[in-house]
Amino acid sequence: MKSQYSELIGPLTKFRKNKIDPHVEEDDKNEHFRLELYQELGALGFCGMVLNEEFEGLGLGYQEFCEVLKELAKSSVSYAVTISVSTMVQAMIEKYGNQKQKLKYLPELTSGQAIAAFALSEAGSGSDAAALKTTATKTDGGYLLSGSKMWITSGGVAETYLVMARTGEAGAKGISAFLVKKGSPGFSFGKKESKMGWKVSPTRELVFENCFVSEENLLGSLGQGFSIAMDALDRGRITIGAIAAGLSARAIEESLKYSLIRKQFGQNIFDFQGIQFMLSEMETESQASWLVVKEAARLYDQHEPFQKFACMAKLKATDVAMKVTTDAVQILGGVGYTTEYPVERLMRDAKVLQIVEGTNQIQKVVIARNLKKEIQG
Amino acid sequence: MSLWYFTEEEKELQKVCRQFARQELAPRAEKLDHDEKFNLEAFRKMGEIGVLGITADPDFGGAGMGTLGATIVMEEFGRACASSTLSYLAHSILCVNNIQNNASEKQKEKYLPKLISGEHIGCMGMSEPEYGSDAVGMQTRAVKKGDHYEISGTKMWITNAQYADVAYLYTRTGEEKKNLSTFIVEKGTPGFSVGKPIHKMGMRASPTGELVFDKAKVPLENLVGKEGDSIYHMMKNLEIERITISGISLGIAQACVDQCLKYANERKQFGKTLGQFQLIQKMLAEMSSETDMMRHYLYNVAKEYDMGNKGPVKAAQVKLTIPKMVTKIALDAIQLHGGYGYSREFPLERYMRDNKLNEIGAGTNEVMIMIIAKNLLQELSHS
Repeated sequence: MKSQYSELIGPLTKFRKNKIDPHVEEDDKNEHFRLELYQELGALGFCGMVLNEEFEGLGLGYQEFCEVLKELAKSSVSYAVTISVSTMVQAMIEKYGNQKQKLKYLPELTSGQAIAAFALSEAGSGSDAAALKTTATKTDGGYLLSGSKMWITSGGVAETYLVMARTGEAGAKGISAFLVKKGSPGFSFGKKESKMGWKVSPTRELVFENCFVSEENLLGSLGQGFSIAMDALDRGRITIGAIAAGLSARAIEESLKYSLIRKQFGQNIFDFQGIQFMLSEMETESQASWLVVKEAARLYDQHEPFQKFACMAKLKATDVAMKVTTDAVQILGGVGYTTEYPVERLMRDAKVLQIVEGTNQIQKVVIARNLKKEIQG
Repeated sequence: MSLWYFTEEEKELQKVCRQFARQELAPRAEKLDHDEKFNLEAFRKMGEIGVLGITADPDFGGAGMGTLGATIVMEEFGRACASSTLSYLAHSILCVNNIQNNASEKQKEKYLPKLISGEHIGCMGMSEPEYGSDAVGMQTRAVKKGDHYEISGTKMWITNAQYADVAYLYTRTGEEKKNLSTFIVEKGTPGFSVGKPIHKMGMRASPTGELVFDKAKVPLENLVGKEGDSIYHMMKNLEIERITISGISLGIAQACVDQCLKYANERKQFGKTLGQFQLIQKMLAEMSSETDMMRHYLYNVAKEYDMGNKGPVKAAQVKLTIPKMVTKIALDAIQLHGGYGYSREFPLERYMRDNKLNEIGAGTNEVMIMIIAKNLLQELSHS
């Protein structure tokens, strides 16, 4: 992994500094996503790296994937999240799809020419995802989708959408997963969300009005949709943890750099114990949470039960990122609050990580469920 | 909620401010934040309801109230639009209150009536690019040249800079660290200009900019008090600033509680309202208890302050604890609203962005820690 790491991370560091950093403030302000940047990341191999080589992936594990996301998140959480979600959908197609579906959907996604999105949440069902109301009604040769999906990452810019819809009874067992292409008749985009952070990554509502999808678009079997979604989210949680770790690392780097040049009361602010304590706590918490993320990825790569660690990684790394980025704004003081320095953006970007892929409250519920299972067998 | 020791006048003030905030501030808060626009119209109207000179002498149009009254305005306005309230604070506490307490009768007659009616907007210049926490080290210099002073230097992070007609300006007039003097500088003074606007994470409806002095010619009569007088005045005004800015945070906390209760009562997941989940109950119970605690604490300090129990420690303690607690409350409020909380459709994310400033402005948390510890240790060694 060592050599692969430097092979992967070296070019990525160069890319993010040369290609992403110069536009990042401006793009954040204008809520502007650059598809060409995503495609360049694809050309470097980052947009489907955990997929098998058969489907043009790099055949790497989540441990390497997490390193990449962490590095990318130092410059832009938005592009890291776009990759994370698109890869999550690709992994579901690889695991649950038939050969025809894999050949149809994967190449353009894995190469990074196109983006995939994951559509589970609805206006009325966020944490309570199994209560979703979008329906897929059986018709000749396929299904008609009706309903709308909220807060969809990459909504509008993605080409392929993995959509969870109700095909049967109420609850989790009546949900199936469908692959829907942008441009399908009856599938349109609702309003684009205006958000506190994560502004470069578009979040948008999906609207389905009697949108026809054929039998071939069903992923897995009928009624398997919710378990596919949960499987996806478990992996997604690890990657959100990695992104949070990148955010923390950047915030610490900025704080440290500033504390060593900023002088007040005749000395660098680094020389005040108050600042030293903050920096040391930030680094300790950040490294500790990164280790939990790495452990979750290792368990996943070795095919061991990983759900509890995925939830703990997401919970801990994102809570730490929130605290660390908030402290970074504090260390930079007045300039930290301005958009001239990146730390206020890091702080705004951190908050959403505590909400996506299951709110941190939901992580606690799932962790507790695992604990109970462990002791009761 | 008014507290038992509020006077009739203070209760009335609270009522008037609450209604004003609801009508004039709340409806435009989201849009102004988004567009980084100052609510000039509302500012002028604050003159009409008589709060722009909340602590100033009634002879000049002021309300003649104290720290408690000013804190009431901050809480009520802050609950609706924190950034408009910050601009109000810069005007009424940093500029008007300073002139009221330190300027000559002649200067008061000249400047206060228009500032209090809302015709003029005020600001204060203390921080500089290299002197933030270490404000006393400031390098903007005023040199006496016959019939005027010549002022050179740059002031940074000045609230209301772009709109101000009058600046209450701290300068250096001697080599010793404490040789500071104050001037009232009018817009249009030769050599005085306003630098670029500063874009911020929050408090976006409150304009922030630089004041640039390039051999600005300021008449002798604009010196406040005597040369070298300022250090004590500056420290004293920072105390009321720290108490009142904490009032803005209190208002934000109350707004979070109001919105969270409403949402927890409406939003259903897993067949129940959010309020029926213990995790949510914990957040609601904690944020409402903390808000109540902060209210009693803050108003109590303000009241004691007005009764003469002053000093830098009490003000710094309030400022260290309240804004920090409110950032936590605002983060929890976003969390309770999930995806909606992160979107700009709901005000929670703005509350959080706005409140973060209060941990930095008027002295960072870290400076509060220094002041509190230094003073407490000194008191101990003197007792």
